[in-house]
Amino acid sequence: MINLVQNEMTKLIGKRRFIIISVIIIVLLSMFSYAQAKQSESTKERLGTVDWRTELQQEIVDMQNRLSSAGQWREQIQIQIKQSQYYLDNDINPAEPGAPSFIRGFVQNSAELFLPLLIMIIAVDLVSSERSMGTIKLLLTRPVSRFNILLSKYIALVLSVSLVIFLFGLFSYLISAMMFGNQGWSAPVLTGFSSEGGELDISGVRLVSQWQYIIQQFGLAWFIALVVGTLSFMLSILMRSSAAGMGTMLACLISGAILSNMVSSWDSAKYLFMVNLGLMDYVSGSAPPIEGMTLGFSLTVLAAWMIGSLLVSFAVFMRKDIY
Amino acid sequence: MSEITLSVKGLRKVIGKRMIIKDLSFELKRGEVFGFLGPNGAGKTTTIRMLVGLIKPTSGTIQICGLDISKHFTRAMKHLGCIVENPELYPFLTGMENLRHFAVMINGISQERIDEVVRLVGMQDRVNDKVSTYSLGMRQRLGIAQALLGKPDVLILDEPTNGLDPSGIREMRAFIRFLAEEEGLTVLVSSHLLHEIQLMCDRVAIISKGEIIRVDSVNVLLSSEERLIWRMMPHMLGKSILSELTAVVDEAEDTITTAYSVDAVGEWNRRLVEAGVNVLEMNRKLPALEDLFLELTGGESID
Repeated sequence: MINLVQNEMTKLIGKRRFIIISVIIIVLLSMFSYAQAKQSESTKERLGTVDWRTELQQEIVDMQNRLSSAGQWREQIQIQIKQSQYYLDNDINPAEPGAPSFIRGFVQNSAELFLPLLIMIIAVDLVSSERSMGTIKLLLTRPVSRFNILLSKYIALVLSVSLVIFLFGLFSYLISAMMFGNQGWSAPVLTGFSSEGGELDISGVRLVSQWQYIIQQFGLAWFIALVVGTLSFMLSILMRSSAAGMGTMLACLISGAILSNMVSSWDSAKYLFMVNLGLMDYVSGSAPPIEGMTLGFSLTVLAAWMIGSLLVSFAVFMRKDIY
Repeated sequence: MSEITLSVKGLRKVIGKRMIIKDLSFELKRGEVFGFLGPNGAGKTTTIRMLVGLIKPTSGTIQICGLDISKHFTRAMKHLGCIVENPELYPFLTGMENLRHFAVMINGISQERIDEVVRLVGMQDRVNDKVSTYSLGMRQRLGIAQALLGKPDVLILDEPTNGLDPSGIREMRAFIRFLAEEEGLTVLVSSHLLHEIQLMCDRVAIISKGEIIRVDSVNVLLSSEERLIWRMMPHMLGKSILSELTAVVDEAEDTITTAYSVDAVGEWNRRLVEAGVNVLEMNRKLPALEDLFLELTGGESID
């Protein structure tokens, strides 16, 4: 089995897939980090000579004054004070964040579309390319069962997903650390929002260190990528042409992004996988597309889609006549 | 030498409502080259794909070295090497990487064995180049190297000389004979080129519209259709004498054809001479498999 997986990885490397993906990541990262640097530069100019420390100190004092009359907002304000105090204590300008803040924003924005797209580059022709090249005939006439052949391909896909997420993290760390400096890993970040009955419930809100938050983000990004990868994998078995598979998958992803803004009253849409890909929004505190959706719910729906498409993949692949 | 290595019984394939392969049965023995001859669309490739496990038969059994491929697929496949249609290999890998890729899918293939098959097909010089730079002939050879890796007992080659130049075809033919005679492999070769099959195979199955019309050794098939061509002076008298003795067919303006018969030919000739006919030419003619094929399939076109 290890040999078979190794074979699949050799082929992916031979096709230069990882190099293409790395180049895409690096180009995009450079663009984004440059834009971010420009932005913070202009903010600095706007603020002029005012020392950010004095300003932040003032904000903290204001918040403390409001604390006694805040009522139900008391807790939230306390959290904000804590956050600001941290920046002050550690000499971090909140308007001029370090590498971790950049990574946090970048992962947040890439997890739903950009990362799945990179995974699709690998997954969508994992099987269909063997068919279009004709090499599937050699592959399936070895003394190896079809189940094992497909399993080795799927394991290779899981490894590739992990590798791509790792490369993504590594490059974004290297580039952003270069551009913004390496400070702020333990800066506190708000998380734990949930929504109930249409209102943001902040009772569960807590502060976590930025590095914890980023690890959580990467975990979720990995899961999203794996789900999209598994679905593309199924399409690459069902469809002869990689382009058709790619198109179908892209349509799904984009429709997901559009639907998320439209489906608030179409309740059963919450069982569609593409509406559930916004896992990041749960942690950052945006309202879910449909009321009643929670992180746990979305994870379950995605897992169900993943298992379903795996079952279809294996059932079809093991029975299919190869012409 | 009569050990049966590949046995096919009652093989059928139905797609939709059409029966594409109708009840094929045949057996292959160790050390023979067996030809599978039929026009395009006769079902050669479908049959071959069923033999190698790419298509599931609707009914019937296929046994390789006594192992039923639908029950013991992986064990049966250990005895089989094949190229189905073109030898498609990974163009972005080198020849050696391709061979290693397929070698690890069979247990216990050493680097020595890989080097051995590379030498066998004469690819030492180019094996470390990318396959995308190979000519078709080199791909064909690499394809054969890949098929031989696991020391198979049965080798199935679909259109092995397709796209090769004349010297490549001759080499391939010699190589296939070598594998069968020296290494004791059973080789199943499919082709729509009759000439090819005639030169290469011991036995041949003629297949048309999904059915085997005839299975026999090439020699028997050809000799059953031997003819004799006569040129005589005067032509008309000779013809009338011969037509009393046997069936006569006009070949050209001044020649006629009769069946060839070892026992009777001498007598026919004597009768002609006695009647004063001058026999200018008696020419025994082995038919090309082509004629035979046209006859058996009722004139169905070959290409």
